[in-house]
Amino acid sequence: MLNKTGVPTIDLIKSRFPKEELLVKPKAITECYEEIPCNPCSTSCPFDAISIGEDINKPPQVDFEKCTGCGICVYSCPGLAIMTVQIVHDKARFKIPYEFRPLPKVNDVYEGVNRNGDVITTVVIEKVTLTEKQDRTVLLQVLVPIEFLYEFVTIRRPI
Amino acid sequence: MIEKDLVIIGGGPSGLSAAKTAAESGLSSLIIERDYKLGGQLVKQTHMFFGSEKQYAKTRGIDIAKILIDDVLSYPNLIEIMTNTAVVGLYNDKVITILHEEKYSKIKARAIIIATGASEKVLAFENNDMPGIYGAGAVQTLMNVYGVLPGQDVVMVGSGNIGLIVSYQLLQAGVNVKCVLEAAGTIGGYKVHASKLKRLGVDIKTSTSVIKAVGGECLQKIITSKLDEKWNFIPGTEETIELDALCVSVGLSPLGNLLSMIGVEMKYVSSLGGLVPMISHSHETSVENVFVAGDVSGVEEASSAIVEGYLTGLIVAQKLGFEHPNYEVLIQDLRSQLDNLRSGPFGEKTRNGLLEIMR
Repeated sequence: MLNKTGVPTIDLIKSRFPKEELLVKPKAITECYEEIPCNPCSTSCPFDAISIGEDINKPPQVDFEKCTGCGICVYSCPGLAIMTVQIVHDKARFKIPYEFRPLPKVNDVYEGVNRNGDVITTVVIEKVTLTEKQDRTVLLQVLVPIEFLYEFVTIRRPI
Repeated sequence: MIEKDLVIIGGGPSGLSAAKTAAESGLSSLIIERDYKLGGQLVKQTHMFFGSEKQYAKTRGIDIAKILIDDVLSYPNLIEIMTNTAVVGLYNDKVITILHEEKYSKIKARAIIIATGASEKVLAFENNDMPGIYGAGAVQTLMNVYGVLPGQDVVMVGSGNIGLIVSYQLLQAGVNVKCVLEAAGTIGGYKVHASKLKRLGVDIKTSTSVIKAVGGECLQKIITSKLDEKWNFIPGTEETIELDALCVSVGLSPLGNLLSMIGVEMKYVSSLGGLVPMISHSHETSVENVFVAGDVSGVEEASSAIVEGYLTGLIVAQKLGFEHPNYEVLIQDLRSQLDNLRSGPFGEKTRNGLLEIMR
């Protein structure tokens, strides 16, 4: 499926998530399912939580005990394939990479989409971060209804 | 006749990198670039690169170009640069004829590195010369170098990394990318790039290609068709898509024309993109002191071209009597970087292809 459409199966997606108990704190979800020569997620992590090893073709492995969900890997991934996820009461809080302009503003409401590109929910923008270190890839912190924990992936148009 | 130690033909990633390590070894060089500026295709790559830190991973191509150009500019006494200069002839005694500002001149080099890169392949279909049909490279140049949109409703042909990346950059520029067509049964490029498009509503249609373009003075529609396993169109599966630009990204072929001028032993290796020179482990062709680096000896990512450039610069300098004080260590490190970049499933074609051209 991923090979033909670019959409991973739900099992593949869940394989990158930790147990839900751990999501009381934000954790990095690395949606890098393929062996490609790339390792910035691992080398950029200040907590040594993402390992790839000498062979940079190996997919990343996240040590969820060490991962603080800081989001540095999110904007360091050239494939825009990492986000952080946290469960906050009845909502899921994501930090996602964003490379479009104009930028959303805090409290804006956007369409939330799944990996198939379908609009599935509405999303509230909580925080918009862009420092020089991020090199033009913006970090958006957004709140999404919890039922879309394994479905939400990014935002589309403002509502 | 002007005399030079080393002439590097091509000021893209591999040529610039070769000039740098040659200069670090103490060898002077002249870079000849036909464009008006250095950097090659990097100057329009607005995305972050893959690879590891040593190949500037997570840095955007446009910024890698700046780094590599600044590196060569930091050796004003050793590296000379000629832009707007086309190499129009190459001879067996290592004489190069150049055309610069409507004036021909001759340069004699002790050694030459050909770093001319690759050019885009074309796709044969009815009306493929209609205005509005572009190569992906042209679209990237228009959009990312000159700030000109190629159209409003675009279809991409080809789902290799270039097709996927340029489609994403079209979305960033506000263009409606209607879909990506892929003749093969599966997506060609990295799935992370494909997923970026799919989640933004762009479908990748596999086993599908263009039959013909329809329009008057410019492109208005394309007719597509499904393909069977033997790449034949399946009658009855035609679809019409309205669009004002079609972007063709069906691969690159090495630009080895200069090599043929001096009778370098060449071989057609499809996994490397086409006709490529036979080379030694030192990147030397069958003509002594004529070397190659980058896509001219096999199409790969720019990361590999940079590393090949560093490697070849060191080797040529050493051969001309300018051995870098750290030669062995550096060579070993660069070779292991190349092995690492090529060791995954995406490197298989290159690995097999290189075995075929080793002298």
